[in-house]
Amino acid sequence: MPKRFTLALAGNPNCGKTTIFNELTGSRQHVGNYPGVTVEKKEGFVSYKGYEIKVVDLPGTYSLTAYSPDEIVARDVIVEEKPDVVVNIVDASNLERNLYLTLQIKELEVPLVMAMNMADVAEASGLEIDYELLSRLLGVKIVRTVGTRGEGITELLEAAIEVVEGRSEREEKSFRFREEIEKEIEYLTRYLPGDEKEWIYPRRWTAIKLLESDKEVIRKIKAKLENSQEILSRLEESRQRIENMLNDDPEMAIIEGRYAFIRGAYREAVREKEIDRFSFTEAADKVLLNRVLGIPIFLGIMWLLFQFTFTLGAPFMEWIEEGFAWLGEYIGNNMNEGMLNSLLVDGIIAGVGGVIVFLPNILLLFLGISFLEGTGYMARAAFVMDKVMHRVGLHGKSFVPMLTGFGCNIPAIMATRTLENPKDRLVTILITPLMSCGARLPVYTLLIAAFFPKEVAGNVLFSLYLIGIILALLMAKVFRTFLFKGESEPFVMELPIYRLPTLKSVLIHMWERAWLYLRKAGTIILAISVIMWALLTFPMTDPYGNEWEDPAEQLVNSYAGRMGQAIEPVLEPIGFDWRTGIALIAGFAAKEVVVSTLGTIYSIGDVEALEEGEETAVKGFAQRAREQSGFTPLTAYVLMLFTLLYVPCMATLAVIKRETGTWKWPLFTVFYTVVLAWTVCFIAYQGGKIIGL
Amino acid sequence: MARTLKDLMPGERAKVAKVEGRGAVRRRIMDMGLVPGVEVEVERYAPLGDPLEIKIKGYHLSLRLEEAAYVMVEEGGDNA
Repeated sequence: MPKRFTLALAGNPNCGKTTIFNELTGSRQHVGNYPGVTVEKKEGFVSYKGYEIKVVDLPGTYSLTAYSPDEIVARDVIVEEKPDVVVNIVDASNLERNLYLTLQIKELEVPLVMAMNMADVAEASGLEIDYELLSRLLGVKIVRTVGTRGEGITELLEAAIEVVEGRSEREEKSFRFREEIEKEIEYLTRYLPGDEKEWIYPRRWTAIKLLESDKEVIRKIKAKLENSQEILSRLEESRQRIENMLNDDPEMAIIEGRYAFIRGAYREAVREKEIDRFSFTEAADKVLLNRVLGIPIFLGIMWLLFQFTFTLGAPFMEWIEEGFAWLGEYIGNNMNEGMLNSLLVDGIIAGVGGVIVFLPNILLLFLGISFLEGTGYMARAAFVMDKVMHRVGLHGKSFVPMLTGFGCNIPAIMATRTLENPKDRLVTILITPLMSCGARLPVYTLLIAAFFPKEVAGNVLFSLYLIGIILALLMAKVFRTFLFKGESEPFVMELPIYRLPTLKSVLIHMWERAWLYLRKAGTIILAISVIMWALLTFPMTDPYGNEWEDPAEQLVNSYAGRMGQAIEPVLEPIGFDWRTGIALIAGFAAKEVVVSTLGTIYSIGDVEALEEGEETAVKGFAQRAREQSGFTPLTAYVLMLFTLLYVPCMATLAVIKRETGTWKWPLFTVFYTVVLAWTVCFIAYQGGKIIGL
Repeated sequence: MARTLKDLMPGERAKVAKVEGRGAVRRRIMDMGLVPGVEVEVERYAPLGDPLEIKIKGYHLSLRLEEAAYVMVEEGGDNA
């Protein structure tokens, strides 16, 4: 039996923590979610010298406050899960700010080792760090690492084991704040229970957090301690005394205290050699963030990302579609006809195909995104676009998901992971379905070809995309104003130095996304596919037990068909009859299905020809739609609008569920998009009729 | 009139005097190292004029004008 222990990795964003995590665990990692929050949980394993080490990758944070879910998770894991050792990854080239987190981890009184990462970058830029001295000043063992080259990884493991085995002789010296604050920390500590069973958090840390007015700690004290009233009134006294003496609120004085200590340690232990400090990052940003060139370059890179994802992905998607069609046909032909055949071919095989078909886009997009993130450009993209996005209550980083949404909403919603702030992320997720994805295009193509002259086709199409964008921005503003009220989130974002990400990191990230999609969203998509199949297939016979002769008849009498008929009264004010109703119900599976369903309903014998836009088929469709359902160009346009806006497809909903961790948001999305679609279509249809269209 | 970070021109240096505001915004600004006494240099404004990029403690940080307006600055940018 190997001996086991847990090692937690903590560090700032952009400090190379993920690279070290990947170096340590390789492919032995697992990504999930912390319960109740949209914070990602990453764990992995490494075997070393008879130890089986569980490595927990804490969320990258700059601090450990109660203001962000990431930071709360990071500190709760440290305190509650009690890792045997915490490894703090520090960016050596950005030491002062990185040490700020180090001090806060030390406050939590956990066994600590520091990895001085990106040491090569620091050295190249002329920094000379006295490791021995710094280690003594901070009371932490320090290991020099270069994560991108795998340097120092074994030394890091050795140091961690040394700490776990208790062989490390480092004195646990904790740094002290100025006297006025120390006195109050001591004062408050006296009122806190020393028994771990009663209060799991270290007492000194609790006192510091109380002085910082930490909402989480205060909440927990109220919930858990009997003498909470007394503690809080003592706290009030302490705060008053500090404010009187320092003329500053305690929270600020504590932050200043940490930075002042760091400044001192840095000055003693680091020498900044005045070498020619040519900085590639600064030179590159002169061009990439240039007042004139910044935006064109940004647009160019976004265009490349889009093309890379969708143009390059298209042939792969086609092969997957063809492959599954072939498989379905093969099995269908070699099996007795009947329900099982239909379930297998139209339900399961089509469903699995429907899951896998998005994989090329997801893989390519995340290859692109992890490259852009790894290089440091993603933060610049947000910097360039933030003003526009902020105006509607979004974040600069919302741009990438929205743009990707034009290709496919599924990878787009997954791409919102780049947004750190939960509110920004949620608003972006909610509006992304309004970006007109590729699957809606066949519906437009058919309806435009059937009801509009060639000369206006382009304008009609363009107007749909534009309406989608305008409504997305409008809804973003609405959600921001009514749904996510309160203090606006600060946009205080680091622009990390440019560097080349390692291939390993990029590939692992890409694979991780794809796997999450398959495992978490894929199963939901498959389940809904089978349900949709059942709704469209049953009952298989008429009330007398005879099979339907005509596919149109079968469809109309199926459960989905009946649902379509049932909603006719709701659709009437926007100009649709039950036939369109059925197509819209079926379109929930995937929007392009609207086309084939309409084809079946209007008994266009060759549905495939309709999908391919063959002239005779389109003409036949137009004629029947006009005669049977009273379609006019206005109805056709309203149907396109409705298709654009109403419920995102089931795969998108599955991904929203997976990304937000609850069914609440996909259901809300269904609700709001249907209401929005109906309202917009009502205005368009009734308005159109009034002006005589 | 007291100047804020927002009033600095690209290339201009100053020292942080005080951070106004409250709650999460103020905390985040200070957590990133914008504490009294620290030297900052405005590097550039985004192509659309907002946000701005500063250099502080050897790294690059961007913040919106509305946040930069909370950061009071004083003369004395040259390495103290």
